[in-house]
Amino acid sequence: MSGNILRRVRVAEVEPVANRIKRFRFVDIDNAPLSEFSGGSHISVVMHSGDRLMRNPYSLMGSPTDTSSYQISVLNVDPSRGGSRFMHENVKVGSELEIGQPLNLFPPAKLAKKHVFVAGGIGITPFMAMMNELDGLHADFELHYGVRSLEDGAYCKYLQSRYGSRVNVYRQDLGQLIPLETVLSSQRLGTHMYVCGPKPMIDWALQAARLLGWPDENVHSEQFSAPPPGKPFVVKLARSGRDIVVSGHQSILEALEENGIDAPFLCRGGACGQCQTEVLACDGFIEHNDHYLTEPEKVSGKKIMICMSRIPTGSITLDL
Amino acid sequence: MGLTFKDETFRDDFTYTNSPQNIRRFPFPFIEDQYRYSVNIEPHTPGPKGSPFEFPFDIDEHYVSEMRDRALVLEADPLRCQALPHMMTAQWDMLELVMTSLARDYPEHFTLHRDGSAWHWINRPLGIDQKFTFLDASTLPFEPMEYIGRQVQGDFSIQDQRDNQLWMDAGIITSQADWSLDFDVGMNFFEWHGPVPLAHEAGVFERALKFLLNLQIGKPVRRLNWTMTINPRLDTSPENFHKWGRDRMTVTPENIGKKLHLRVEMQGLFRLPRSNAILFSIRGYLMSLEQIVTVPKWGRRLPRVLRSLPPELVEYKSLGRFREMAIDYLSKYDDGAPTSPGGGPD
Amino acid sequence: MTLSTIKSRPIYPGLTPDLNARSNIIVSDKAGAEAVAELLSRADSNFAKRTTIILADTLADKDRQAIARELAPVTIEFHATLADGIARLRQLLDGAPMGLRLYAAGSEPLIGLVVQAGGDFSIDHLSIRTEHRGTLMRRVQCVHCKTFIENVTTNPVKCTHCGITLLVRDHYSRRLAAFQGVCIDAEIPGDIPPTEALYQ
Repeated sequence: MSGNILRRVRVAEVEPVANRIKRFRFVDIDNAPLSEFSGGSHISVVMHSGDRLMRNPYSLMGSPTDTSSYQISVLNVDPSRGGSRFMHENVKVGSELEIGQPLNLFPPAKLAKKHVFVAGGIGITPFMAMMNELDGLHADFELHYGVRSLEDGAYCKYLQSRYGSRVNVYRQDLGQLIPLETVLSSQRLGTHMYVCGPKPMIDWALQAARLLGWPDENVHSEQFSAPPPGKPFVVKLARSGRDIVVSGHQSILEALEENGIDAPFLCRGGACGQCQTEVLACDGFIEHNDHYLTEPEKVSGKKIMICMSRIPTGSITLDL
Repeated sequence: MGLTFKDETFRDDFTYTNSPQNIRRFPFPFIEDQYRYSVNIEPHTPGPKGSPFEFPFDIDEHYVSEMRDRALVLEADPLRCQALPHMMTAQWDMLELVMTSLARDYPEHFTLHRDGSAWHWINRPLGIDQKFTFLDASTLPFEPMEYIGRQVQGDFSIQDQRDNQLWMDAGIITSQADWSLDFDVGMNFFEWHGPVPLAHEAGVFERALKFLLNLQIGKPVRRLNWTMTINPRLDTSPENFHKWGRDRMTVTPENIGKKLHLRVEMQGLFRLPRSNAILFSIRGYLMSLEQIVTVPKWGRRLPRVLRSLPPELVEYKSLGRFREMAIDYLSKYDDGAPTSPGGGPD
Repeated sequence: MTLSTIKSRPIYPGLTPDLNARSNIIVSDKAGAEAVAELLSRADSNFAKRTTIILADTLADKDRQAIARELAPVTIEFHATLADGIARLRQLLDGAPMGLRLYAAGSEPLIGLVVQAGGDFSIDHLSIRTEHRGTLMRRVQCVHCKTFIENVTTNPVKCTHCGITLLVRDHYSRRLAAFQGVCIDAEIPGDIPPTEALYQ
């Protein structure tokens, strides 16, 4: 049950939409219809860069009912582990790629009376599909979108023309900040808040909601972070007896895949729990970078999410 | 294919039986002589031709009569079909999945024409010809789940996914193994399995939930479950327990072969794309002991399995009153010979 | 509260104050008032200022005065029945803003009806803080005729509408705010075990 059904797609369109952000549109290689999806879903994109294999998750941002194509937006992050740079520099109209089926780990709360979206920068993408879906259902929502400048923020004009006063854009270059306290103070009972953006922004928004007495159940966040780099270390596989070297820019999962070892995974963002692996022995401590394990589980050192987490140096023995 | 639909009853005079060819395709759930609880989830991929696993939704000779019994149950108790308001998108997901599957897999019985949102559905066995607008519930005589649920064998529930849980927020349940949709609707995965013994402690439901939360579009899974029912009765609901409960007292060594039925559920789980919900199909199969023993392997294995059941399970499945009698009856067909692995007939 | 192996049987973790909430509504009965007093003693004076207590119980004058004294300075609304108290709760929730925290303390039927009302206003049951005090009385739904039987103290219990003798199961529906009652003598009519006063 490892991984995801892969489908070959062709790049039908590449459009620069803001500084360092490009929009890509994929169609099925045989123009077969794609699956519909739910707002908040992402797909993983498989990239072969030389002999390196990378799979990065990207939020689907088009209309969930459009089965003719999928759209994603990619920020060329600096320093890139290679995925976003590959997308920006090597992927052109006509390029062929493999993608996984849509997976939703960030759905809008269906019981909410109202939805408040808080986005920073490229964090806008999951909300584009969510708003599209909610608009079709005549649901109540508003967006608060922080950008560095109009040149850096993708889709500002499009969103404002489509959703009018429900969209609020805040420009850092003009000193504008999202007035979150005001926004959250005047919402009706049953409102849910969703935040997507850089980690400091997520922490700030979650804290603001808590201080205003919002229950944790009404607050949702998604952070797509790449596995943080580190120093090389060794993974010892207890079942096969093999030793695998994980390089500084790789995750354990990527190193296993490079060596032809089939390990379970799904989201590759430390959120879904699919790649949870038993730790049999470990030099030192594990740097847990996932959002899945509970604090006691992390402290116990007996489990690791191999898509995101690593050790500083030395070796770790896994039940694989 | 050549399906001939039988005219039979699941109440009063109980004329239900399996034809000889239907006996051999019964999804006998015991793969070894010893009972062992397991989640036994496997991919719901196309199985052998003619088997109940050939297609996502299995239609057999009992189709027309089962649909008639469902209509009777719903007429007497409309609460057997319920959907909470936020489940409308999921209802359409279900309708689309069932209609496209049936039209593809049983073209001589079902046809679906789609022109954008203008759909035309033809169900020949039930004599239905319906034009409607997809995603516009006002163009159907029932809400979408009930509409299609009245035209496909098996019970269905739809689970909404939120907060890392599954919530049973819709269902059409008319042939259940003694659980009430009206009572359970709105419960989460652990709550509606609340009364099941042993499995919680074994961590079975935690693992199953984690697996299902990551269930992917286009990768359905299935498992088999079973119980035993007196008479080929579909409506063994708690609502009507005071009417059918006394059936359990009517079993005698003379009539047990005819009266006692093994009830197998093929449970399918499908990720629904628009709603991110999970469709749970519970496709029931009934067969009397006297029909089971016509397959020698099953005649040998079933008494061995019944002997090995843990007491909690005997109680949960309410088998206590007739288990010994069933073992006595079945033992005549067990010559002690070894059985081959797997559930299928030799 | 009785423990159960049935996982749908609710657990009430006890009251702890959310000091960040902008307003608090606490629904309680006489027995629950003790838990509310303990809650207030663990909170600050701002918490008390932002709090409304709905006390839903039939009380003698002296009990009423004692409770008012014990829970001062919080505003207390007294309602003679649980149904009146829940109706008032629904009135307060209608139009209320986010930042409200809901608490329930007392009998299981009281907690159940508060959680049910909260759910109708999209308040997640996990964000409602609950503590069971006092009676073990249950609210039971007859699975056969769907009647709710209030203040059930025995098992089995006779349905007040259809007259069927019901086994009270630990299986609980949050949506219905009730335990499930199922015919106890379906197999052998009249074969009914002795009535036990389990839920006093």
